[in-house]
Amino acid sequence: MNPSRLLSVLVENRPGVLNRVASMIRRRGFNIDSLSVGPTEDETVSRMTIAVHVGRQQAEQATKQLSKLIDVITIDDITEARKVSHELLLIRMHAPPDQRSEILDVVAVFLGRIVDIASSSMIIEITGTTEKVDNFVDLMRPYGIKEVARSGAVALVRGDQAGISLGDLDLTGEAPGGLRVGAGTAGAGITADTTGDI
Amino acid sequence: MIEAKPLTAAASAPPPESRDGSAARRLTGAQICLESLIREGVDTIFGYPGGANLFIYRWLPSYPQLRHILVRHEQGAAHAADGYARSRRDAVGVCFATSGPGALNLVTGLGTAYADSVPVVAITGQVPVAAIGTDSFQESDVIGSTMSVVKHSYLVTRVEDIAPTIKEAFHVARSGRPGPVVIDFPKDLQAAVTEFNYPEEPVRLRSYPAPPAPDPAKLARIAELIKQAKRPVMLIGRGVLISGAEEEVLELAHKAHIPVGWTLLGTGAFPVQDPMALQMVGFMGAGYTNKAVCDADVLMMVGMRCDDRVTTRLDSFAPRVEHLIHIDIDPAEIGKSVVPHVSVVADAKTALGQLLPMVEPKREHEWLTQIDQWKEEHPVRYVKREGFLQPQEVLEEMYARCHDEAIVVADVGNNQIWSALWFNYAKPGRFLNSGGMGTMGYAFPASMGVKLSNPDRTVFCVTGDGGFLMNVQEMATMVENQIDVKVIILNNNSLGMVRQFQDDFYDGVQSAVQLSCTPDYVKLGEAFGMKALRTDRREDVAPMLDEALAHRGPVLLAFDIDPRANVYPIVPLGKGMLDFVEAS
Repeated sequence: MNPSRLLSVLVENRPGVLNRVASMIRRRGFNIDSLSVGPTEDETVSRMTIAVHVGRQQAEQATKQLSKLIDVITIDDITEARKVSHELLLIRMHAPPDQRSEILDVVAVFLGRIVDIASSSMIIEITGTTEKVDNFVDLMRPYGIKEVARSGAVALVRGDQAGISLGDLDLTGEAPGGLRVGAGTAGAGITADTTGDI
Repeated sequence: MIEAKPLTAAASAPPPESRDGSAARRLTGAQICLESLIREGVDTIFGYPGGANLFIYRWLPSYPQLRHILVRHEQGAAHAADGYARSRRDAVGVCFATSGPGALNLVTGLGTAYADSVPVVAITGQVPVAAIGTDSFQESDVIGSTMSVVKHSYLVTRVEDIAPTIKEAFHVARSGRPGPVVIDFPKDLQAAVTEFNYPEEPVRLRSYPAPPAPDPAKLARIAELIKQAKRPVMLIGRGVLISGAEEEVLELAHKAHIPVGWTLLGTGAFPVQDPMALQMVGFMGAGYTNKAVCDADVLMMVGMRCDDRVTTRLDSFAPRVEHLIHIDIDPAEIGKSVVPHVSVVADAKTALGQLLPMVEPKREHEWLTQIDQWKEEHPVRYVKREGFLQPQEVLEEMYARCHDEAIVVADVGNNQIWSALWFNYAKPGRFLNSGGMGTMGYAFPASMGVKLSNPDRTVFCVTGDGGFLMNVQEMATMVENQIDVKVIILNNNSLGMVRQFQDDFYDGVQSAVQLSCTPDYVKLGEAFGMKALRTDRREDVAPMLDEALAHRGPVLLAFDIDPRANVYPIVPLGKGMLDFVEAS
């Protein structure tokens, strides 16, 4: 089981929002594996994709706590959703001429690109799932990695029905919204083994 | 230091202001701030001036409808604002502080309000916009420093934003699960001039929806569970007081004959002497309440977090429960410590109001008989000791004089639990304390706010000698403003609760708990010009209280109590709900 949960969060594009989100996750004792943030089609809204190192029930608590932040518009735990989840890797390899062709063979298999080349090194760009990127990095180790930069995952749920169109959001602030957690997923009861009835 | 423009000139020159009656007047940011507070219904502000909020203070005297109480430490301002809001429904407490140390001194008070969901708006001066981030004199990162103890915070960056920001801040502070909000207001913007138009439209935030309506299907399920219950128990918390659901709780308890217990912060939400009343639950709760909770088959928790002081050791909490019901306005509280079978995220008053017609009258005779038997077997009691004044004797005499009208503001420690257990609160809102954060030094400044928002009510501040000294400087504020609080110091020359814990749970090693230098409270009172009396004798208690209550103005009453007086019942640390130890 992958202990990391993937949260897709729409937030107000305001100064300090990243601080609030990161601070909440830290304060509740959760660890962030990766976090990426960027603007959306609406300049007032940013999307954060957060991989949090927690179990399912903790993820629900993290999600609920984040949802309470005034600047968080919606939050979805998309760990188990059908989704596209990709990250970008830039990796600078030790690549003297006699190693290059071997490295290029691997890059070709991973559908990567060479984006910079110098006399004894090169920068390779790979996109794909975290697992694919991990694999690629492992394969590169024997050749001598000089530097790695990874974006962390960005993700969208697949399909026509998925996701939230910003236009569909209730902007009146009157309808209940914001929190989009799978309710009551964990076992109910004082001890977690009792089965819940609602 | 970078300053965009000289600021002092603007302070003395009144801004261009049109008096033609048009809606848009040109005012300084400071004036707009004060006008906006008035629009929000504010009449009292607790504050302390300093370099970065002097423009606000420049204009404050122009608004005589705003009563400003000059505290002697910013922590006192935050606690007083908390007390002001906590003791009057729909009120928001307001405090002012300057930048840097002033704002940082608010943090404990804001954390106290946050833990207990109290609506407070703190307006802090900040260095000029251009100087932010340069480590200028008295600059602190107020937003960062307060982030984890506020519901929300704002840094104003344009003078046009101050009015809408105040409007939004009050909305956020008082709605949903209430909480403190900080507005950090740079000095140059306080002096800058713009048109003042207070937003008429209600605040609507796409990221802050209104609490959901209770789900009728879940309410129906709860009604059914109550019907089937053989051993029902209800526990209520401060959420019941915040939403004003006390009547609904009472009606439900009587209709279905459900015994009701409460958390420390829920104390007073249910009449202590009602036949359906249990008592406080948990760590220092009544033994019979814990027994009832541990035997319940249906346990309904309303407006409470169910924290570790309620559950004691988590696996000991309500072991026989078959259906755990949790109603709270905050979805994050559902399932945080205990996972309910049925949960309703809604305002308590709304949820119970809709539940009531679905509930059928019933009475489980055997269960109620059992509860009565536990009440007889495990009464909350204390032991008298020859030659020593017991704190409970003081509280009993206080109660005998004030019954249900006085408000008791308790500090933190043994005095807090004694105050919770030994006053037979019959009406809501008569007992206030820092239950969540457990802030020593809370009660004394908070009681000033309580008295100012409840001028016609007797207000007792009950504190230990440790907590009193933590904010003792506010004696000056209390005397200066003749805030008529009767301050009861239960003096045992020690940190009593810590001493009890050391005796019982830390091998009896008393470490750093003796307050051997304790002031002469009578002389201390005289030094500040406050009437003060002290005694260590049982027979003096009644006449001293009579004298204090007859006196108009604040009075300090120091009672030297039994230094060995402990809090009972108590569940030893790490033990379960039924392991409570009683007075013997």
